Amino acid sequence: MKTKQDEKMNLLEEYMQEMKKQPYAESQLIGILHKAQELYGYLPEDVMEAIAYGMNIPAARIWGVASFYHYFNLEPVGKYTLSLCLGTACYVKGAGKILDRMREYLNVDVGQTTEDRLFTLQEARCLGACGLAPVLMVNDRIYGKLTPDSTIELLDKLKKDAK
Amino acid sequence: MAKDSIVTIYINEKEYKVKEGQTIMQAADSHGFKIPRLCYHPKLSIEGACRVCIVEVEGMKTYAASCACPVAEGMRIHTNTKELRRARRDIVELILDNHPKDCHTCERDGNCELQRLAYAMGIRHRHFEGERKHYEKDLSSESVIRDPDKCILCGRCVRICSEVQKVNALGYAHRGFKTVVMPAFNAPFSESVCSNCGQCINVCPTASFVEKNYTQELFEKLDNPDIIKIAQIAPSVRAAIGEAFGLPPGRAMHGELAASLRKLGFDYVFDTQFSADLTIMEEASEFLERLQGNGPLPMITSCSSAWMKYVEHFHPDFLPNISTCKSPMAMMGALTKTYFPGKIKKKPEEIFSVAIMCCTAKKYEAARPELMVDGIRSVDLVVTTREIAWMIKSAGIDLVNIKPQDFDAPLGISSGAGAIFGATGGVMEAAIRTAYELYTGETLLDIELASLRGFHGIKEAEIVIDGKPIRVAVAHGLGNAQELLAIAKKDPKRYHFIEVMGCPGGCIGGGGQPYATANSIPLDEECLAKRAEALYAIDREKTIRRSHDNPDIQRLYREYLGRPLGQLSHKLLHTHYGAKLPRGIIVGGGE
Amino acid sequence: MGDSVTTNQPIEKRPRKQVEYNIILCSGPSCLHNKSSELYTEIVKQLEAFNCQSKVEIILSGCLGMCARGPIMVINPGYILYGDVGVNDVHDIIKGHIVDKTPFSQKVIHEDHLFNRFYRVFGDVKFFGKQMRIALRNCGIIDPEKIDDYLSVRGYEALAKVLTDYSPAEVIHQIQDSGLRGRGGAGFPTGLKWKLTADAEGEVKYVICNADEGDPGAFMDRSAIEGDPHSIIEGMLIGGYAVGAKKGFLYIRAEYPLAIKRLEKALTAAREQNFLGDNILGSNYSFDIEIRLGAGAFVCGEETALIQSIEGERGMPRPRPPYPSVRGLFDKPTLTNNVETWANIPVIILDGAKWFSTIGTKSSKGTKVFAVAGNVENTGLVEVPMGTTLREIIFDICGGIPGNRKFKALQTGGPSGGCLTEDSLDTQVDYESLAKAGSFMGSGGMIVMDDTTCMVNVARYFLEFTQNESCGKCTPCREGTKRMLEILTRITDGRGEVKDIEKLERLGAMISKASLCGLGRSAPNPVLSTLSKFRNEYEDHILHKKCTTGSCQAMLTYSINDQCIGCGACIRVCPVNAIKGIKRNPHTIDSELCIKCGECMKVCKFRAIDRV
Repeated sequence: MKTKQDEKMNLLEEYMQEMKKQPYAESQLIGILHKAQELYGYLPEDVMEAIAYGMNIPAARIWGVASFYHYFNLEPVGKYTLSLCLGTACYVKGAGKILDRMREYLNVDVGQTTEDRLFTLQEARCLGACGLAPVLMVNDRIYGKLTPDSTIELLDKLKKDAK
Repeated sequence: MAKDSIVTIYINEKEYKVKEGQTIMQAADSHGFKIPRLCYHPKLSIEGACRVCIVEVEGMKTYAASCACPVAEGMRIHTNTKELRRARRDIVELILDNHPKDCHTCERDGNCELQRLAYAMGIRHRHFEGERKHYEKDLSSESVIRDPDKCILCGRCVRICSEVQKVNALGYAHRGFKTVVMPAFNAPFSESVCSNCGQCINVCPTASFVEKNYTQELFEKLDNPDIIKIAQIAPSVRAAIGEAFGLPPGRAMHGELAASLRKLGFDYVFDTQFSADLTIMEEASEFLERLQGNGPLPMITSCSSAWMKYVEHFHPDFLPNISTCKSPMAMMGALTKTYFPGKIKKKPEEIFSVAIMCCTAKKYEAARPELMVDGIRSVDLVVTTREIAWMIKSAGIDLVNIKPQDFDAPLGISSGAGAIFGATGGVMEAAIRTAYELYTGETLLDIELASLRGFHGIKEAEIVIDGKPIRVAVAHGLGNAQELLAIAKKDPKRYHFIEVMGCPGGCIGGGGQPYATANSIPLDEECLAKRAEALYAIDREKTIRRSHDNPDIQRLYREYLGRPLGQLSHKLLHTHYGAKLPRGIIVGGGE
Repeated sequence: MGDSVTTNQPIEKRPRKQVEYNIILCSGPSCLHNKSSELYTEIVKQLEAFNCQSKVEIILSGCLGMCARGPIMVINPGYILYGDVGVNDVHDIIKGHIVDKTPFSQKVIHEDHLFNRFYRVFGDVKFFGKQMRIALRNCGIIDPEKIDDYLSVRGYEALAKVLTDYSPAEVIHQIQDSGLRGRGGAGFPTGLKWKLTADAEGEVKYVICNADEGDPGAFMDRSAIEGDPHSIIEGMLIGGYAVGAKKGFLYIRAEYPLAIKRLEKALTAAREQNFLGDNILGSNYSFDIEIRLGAGAFVCGEETALIQSIEGERGMPRPRPPYPSVRGLFDKPTLTNNVETWANIPVIILDGAKWFSTIGTKSSKGTKVFAVAGNVENTGLVEVPMGTTLREIIFDICGGIPGNRKFKALQTGGPSGGCLTEDSLDTQVDYESLAKAGSFMGSGGMIVMDDTTCMVNVARYFLEFTQNESCGKCTPCREGTKRMLEILTRITDGRGEVKDIEKLERLGAMISKASLCGLGRSAPNPVLSTLSKFRNEYEDHILHKKCTTGSCQAMLTYSINDQCIGCGACIRVCPVNAIKGIKRNPHTIDSELCIKCGECMKVCKFRAIDRV
């Protein structure tokens, strides 16, 4: 297994060295995963493998721990989480078409994050804003009465804002 | 709190004297009870998860899991109240409700602990059906198929893999209703640290783990008149196959097997015990070479496929210590594609070589490119004891009552040494019988090495060969092997020769052996002991008990191979292994 | 009791910096959310503007518990309590109170005169009047980030007293005599727990503080830590001394960054002053505390799961016995108490078990902190003596039900507790009485529901929570709660079947007796207790497909009555075009098409839409 020996990995390895000096070093696993997530924003598989090596803990166990606790992200999360409501009202008002356009535009599937880590695409159950249907929640904000075109405009704007 | 002090408990109002420190289940078991159970396994840690073995203890507000709860003086236990029966029934039904409804087409139909339990609980109707989990089957491994849909989360596989085998290929992932047993990162099994030992299959109560089944392919080949179908049978298969036909463990059935396989359509039935003798010739010679300074010591055996994959994963630093000998299966395979076709005037391409093994890892081994001879696979197909039992049954052959027959020449005669290859310590015992004579020129008289028999995790012995003390050690099960390697690493001069078999008890406890029957426990030590005894009995009854005395072995060297470690031997019978780094490996294997 | 009044005056012992005024600004989570940090900037600015910054010290305190009126600000002397303080009010308050010496009355919280020690400071306010603060005694009074503030309220005196005057056995006696019981939920006698750990064989022992607070809406522990971290550290120090541990672990949710930061700061400060470390205060007692972070798993509040988590494993509970007091963390005897329990310890040592045991009821001593949420006027944290009635908490302290609605039910004990009805309102808060009434104390969540609440829906909500938090280890909880949730969901969706009630009861009874841990055993409680007290609601849902409160959307029907003037507003908002009609003529709703989103009802100005 090869891991890019980047800056983050050096920091993580330093941290692990520190933890290894503690009694019951294996028990520090959750703290190490916190550290890794702090550095990477989520827990990439190769980082978990590096932890397996570094701490001499079976990878299956690390995977078990990482997937048990909901605080840990197993997939990268974007700056903006886009939750498109697919409740009945939104759906009959064309949320499906919006979803297709977003998929195409972002080049990701539902549950995934764009390569630039800007957007994570998600589906939502009814957000209770049927009057504004179709609606899209961006992080905590709700945008309503969208069309496929206006949605893409919104994404463009978010992209600009991020830069 | 002395462990052997006695306490009085009451089970269903009757008084019993039991040992302090026992669990309720242990105490009840010893007095004619058998509280229903599922996740419990005597060799593994207590999980307390399935809750099938619950009992009522007076004074406790909730039910106690009898597998986990220790007895206490004056404890009043109820195992069979109306409420309990109903609770147990509902618990088993809840498991069933999240389980596929395909019993009739399931590999474990009739041999499934969940099925037996549901039947015994009187579940004839379902009350709580709802959403069922669904995951893809993992077909990636050459040896073991993983079907999470059938998993009931008893955790036995996780525990045997981490506690007994110490491979840690499996773990729980996610949580709650979404909990799944899987390899790290949900990677394909083939890319995990799995050694293919198949112990997960042995302990799984359902069909969540099964071997990769090749019975249909084999039937097709057997129907093909244009190829020569050759079978070889591993020692341990004969010691266990009877169990799949309802016989008690311990009856050796090589004669019946040879006869049945011929009826099934094999043209030749050879004995892996023959090639075990051959392995001993090569391995003993290699050991003597190393002993004389040509190669690193301790030398470590290489016949167990799970063990070899494990070493490649976890201990590549020990690879130079591994004997270069191929396994008996692979040696036999090589001969069926070289020596034997020459004898019957056929081309190797016309031969279809099948190995019937007690082992799932052999399926992987057979596909290793490093075992090819002149670009041809030596063993074309491996089926387990279980698979061949199905085939014999489905072909309508009466294995139990069939008239026994002999194996075919010239690869069918074996010494007693070849037979004991199947039990832990057997390879070492066989090797010493030959090495002693090869080195000293004298015959070793006391050939039964009691200290190398039995199921101690690590066994040691010292044999004096020509005035020189030779220290040997034997481990069975990968967890014990890991411990033994740690000792050898710490003290490199401690041993000269090490035998490792990847499965508990050796090949007799292999991952391809018949499932435990209704009244037995998977990997039950008594059952393993009876299988081992069947092999030791074969040894005792043989007049030839040393590999080098096998006349067909002598002929093979005379006619074909020349001498042990000779040029042809090297080409056909020896190989090399290399370090592998699958996903999630950890160096040192968590010593 | 007389002398304890004087010994427990919270502030004056070690005077602060000599200033004329203290402004205490609540920095509890709720007030922070209401922008109390902006207030801080504004206060500094205004003080400078009036050139009186030298006269005033600003203290950022922990949660005062009066979250419904936040942001909260207190000015001393005089202990004038300001509520709903906006940035624009700061000018008026500073000018009025400090420059003109007249409190700015518009924002002062005035209520009738009740008095209680500990909180004599806010004795004028009804919200605090019936409260008694022991665990939260310093929250809102001291600056949690300054160890000197803690020392000024007799901080670490209890530790010193223990180290000089008491043997470990004597400490345990004190705790036993005090009658203190575990505040985490089950109410196991704390002193006995300590004794079991102290008596367990083994050289190495551990002490754990369980700060994995996870009940939805509960934030007692968070407030206690953020407001007064040293009390907990001191409690653990005393516990460690009593049971013979040298090491403590503080297991806290990663979702509480401020609490973690304050703890870290407090630990560092305590180490600097040798309250932690080797040979504490010159004694031969050595002890230190390590913080361990949780990672989002409710089940880790369960003692054995928490231990697994500290060991770096999945938080899956272990079967007991062996009990953690005999074989716990790293297989060593381990004492676990929750935050509130630890916070009580220094007080008991300082003021004595005898005094402590005068508070509360026969079997439950001391106080209990509750996080009150739901349909009450004043939501927030309250600490009351055991024996206070639920009615006093809901109606006197928290101001009753808003909007002239009727009280319907109260859920105590968080998602695994039970529902109590009007009949139980005079139940005294103590472990036995609550259990007798059909619920339990739990860690202190209290959710008040008015008559618009559908109890089936509530049960479903709680079960959904526990089901989602099930660790998945044992069958009854993993599979059983899933099936119960499915049944409840179909009932609230109007697809309930006649046998569903029986199935819920059957599964519920089995799960509560057969599960491996407390989470599973208590998971069916909300269902079983609503079933016993509001069975008619279940029957309405199942037999008549009717939700009388209108909460279960799927069962609603929208129709248009004769108030309709045909304005067309509803037609325009209906997302599925289910409303038809000609202008100025009454419209109709096609119930087949209607998705029950309620938008039409929101826009109708003529009350012409009926919902049944």
